[in-house]
Amino acid sequence: MLKVLKAGFYTTIQDAGRFHYRNKGVPVSGVMDEISVFKVNSLLENEESAAVLEITMTGPTLIFEKETYMALGGAKMSATLNNLPIQNYKVYMINKGDILSFGRLEKGFRSYLAVKGGFTSKQVLGSRSFYQPITKYNRLTDNDAVPFAVQEDFQPKISEIKVASFLDDSVLEVNKAPEFDILTDKQLEEIFSRTFTVAHENNRMAYQLSETIQAHTISMLTSATIPGTVQLTPAGKLIVLMKDGQTTGGYPRAVQLTDRAICILAQKKGGDIISFKLV
Amino acid sequence: MNSPKINIKPFGVHSVLIEWPNEVSEIILEKILHFERFLTKEVFTNKEWELVPSYNSLLIINRTKQLDFQKLSSDIHKWYLQLKESPKPDRYLWRLPVSYDLEFGLDLEEVASQLHKTKEEIIALHTGATYTVFGIGFLPGFMYLGGIDKKLEMPRKATPRSRVVKGAVGIAGKQAGIYPQESPGGWNIIGNCAVPIFDASKENPCFVSVGDKIEFYKISKAEHDLCKIEAEVGIYKPEKIKIDA
Repeated sequence: MLKVLKAGFYTTIQDAGRFHYRNKGVPVSGVMDEISVFKVNSLLENEESAAVLEITMTGPTLIFEKETYMALGGAKMSATLNNLPIQNYKVYMINKGDILSFGRLEKGFRSYLAVKGGFTSKQVLGSRSFYQPITKYNRLTDNDAVPFAVQEDFQPKISEIKVASFLDDSVLEVNKAPEFDILTDKQLEEIFSRTFTVAHENNRMAYQLSETIQAHTISMLTSATIPGTVQLTPAGKLIVLMKDGQTTGGYPRAVQLTDRAICILAQKKGGDIISFKLV
Repeated sequence: MNSPKINIKPFGVHSVLIEWPNEVSEIILEKILHFERFLTKEVFTNKEWELVPSYNSLLIINRTKQLDFQKLSSDIHKWYLQLKESPKPDRYLWRLPVSYDLEFGLDLEEVASQLHKTKEEIIALHTGATYTVFGIGFLPGFMYLGGIDKKLEMPRKATPRSRVVKGAVGIAGKQAGIYPQESPGGWNIIGNCAVPIFDASKENPCFVSVGDKIEFYKISKAEHDLCKIEAEVGIYKPEKIKIDA
C-alpha cells in the first residue's frame, strides 16, 4: 500500500484510459501527459497501461508501506525522498516506511509517480482512471491507501534516463477538425497568428483560453468530440477538450491537437502562453 | 433504399468523421446505425477502433495508428456504396416511469404557465410521445431524445442551474432528456425518473443504445419512492418492448 498522509492539490490514479464506452457517453480519461508517463513506466519496465499517480500543481505527502521501486516524471515539483532531493526519470529503491513529499512547483503542472508493476486499485469499466461518477472518487484524500503490486528482485536495466523536456514548449501543433473549412479567413488568421493565454478555468475536462476571436453563429447538430478537440464557442472563445472531456458537443470543432500537443498543454497552468501551428 | 449522401472529413490524425445531411431524421439515423454495424462487424474489428454515432454523424477513431485520410476516405465511400440491407439488430422501446410531483418537477408550473396549459396537459404531452435516442453524450448515459411534441417546445432556461439532481427529467427546445447523474444543467425540469440510466458496476453500464426508443409514463410519488428502492437494491427491471424491424 501507498498511504496518503497529505493529499496535495489534486492527485488522481490514472492509466492509459477507459476505452469502448464513448458511445455511452463515457470520456476516455487516463493520464493527461502520455509522453512523460510512457517514459516513467518504461524505466520501471512496466506495461504501457500501468496505473500511475497524476499529481497536479501541489504534491502530496506519501508513505510507502512496503518495498518497491519508483520513478517520477513530468512536472518538476522539488520532490524529496526521506527529505533528500530526488530527480525525475530515475529509479529509486523504496523501503517500507519511506516518505515521498513534494515542494515548490518549478516547471510544468503535472507530475507522475510510477511504481514497479503499477498501482493495482480497482478497475471500473476496464480502467483504473478516476472519473466521477464512473469511479467513486474524483481524487485522493488524506488517509487514502493505494495498493500496488509486490515485486521481488527487480534489477532495473537502466536506472536513469535523460529526457528531452518539452515543459518549456509553447507551440501546439494541430490538424484540421471537422468544422475547420467553414471557419472564416479572419478566424483562421486569428487562431494561427497570435498567442493565447491559458485561462484559470482549466482542468482535466477542458482548458479554456482567455482571448476571444471573431464570434460566429454556426449552428450544428451535436456530434462526437475527442481529447484535444478545440471548440469555438459562439462568443469566439476557444475551449480545448482534454482527457475527461465530454464525448459529444454542439460547438464547431476548429482544430485538433496532436498527441504531443495534448501533453504540452497538459503541463500548462493558468496564465501560461501558447500558440497554434497547423501541420 | 437510396442511400443519403455522405461527406467524410478529417478529424486530427486518429479519426475521421462521416457526415450525413444536416437534419434530424429517423431515416438518416437508421442508415448511420446500419453502416456502423457493418463497419464494426466487417472492417474495424480490432480493439484499436471505436465508433461513435450521433444525429447525422459517425466518428471513427483509431487510438494507436495515424490514419491515411485519403485512403480511408475512399475506402469508406466504397464500403458505403456496397452496403447491403442486412437483418436489423434488436432495437428496444423502453418505458420509463416518471413522477411529475412538484417536489421533482421544479419548472413544471413555469412551463405550464409559459405554454398556456395546465400541468396535466404538459404531462399528457410529455407522456404521449415516443422519443428516439439520437445520441448519447455530454454525461455518461445522457440521451439526446428527439420526437418531442411541438406544443411542448420551450427554450432552455436563461440561467442554468448549478446543480440538477440525478434522474431529473428535462425538456429544452426540440429535445427531451434525463440527467443520469447530478450535474449543472439548463433544461426545464418537469419530473424525475428513478430508473438508473447509467450504472458503472454493470458490464453494459447503459441499457439504452442510440437508435432505441423511449416512452415515459406517469407514476405517483409513492410509486417513485418504491422504484428508487428497487433500483438501489438492483431488482428494478425497466420495461422493454422489442421494436419490429
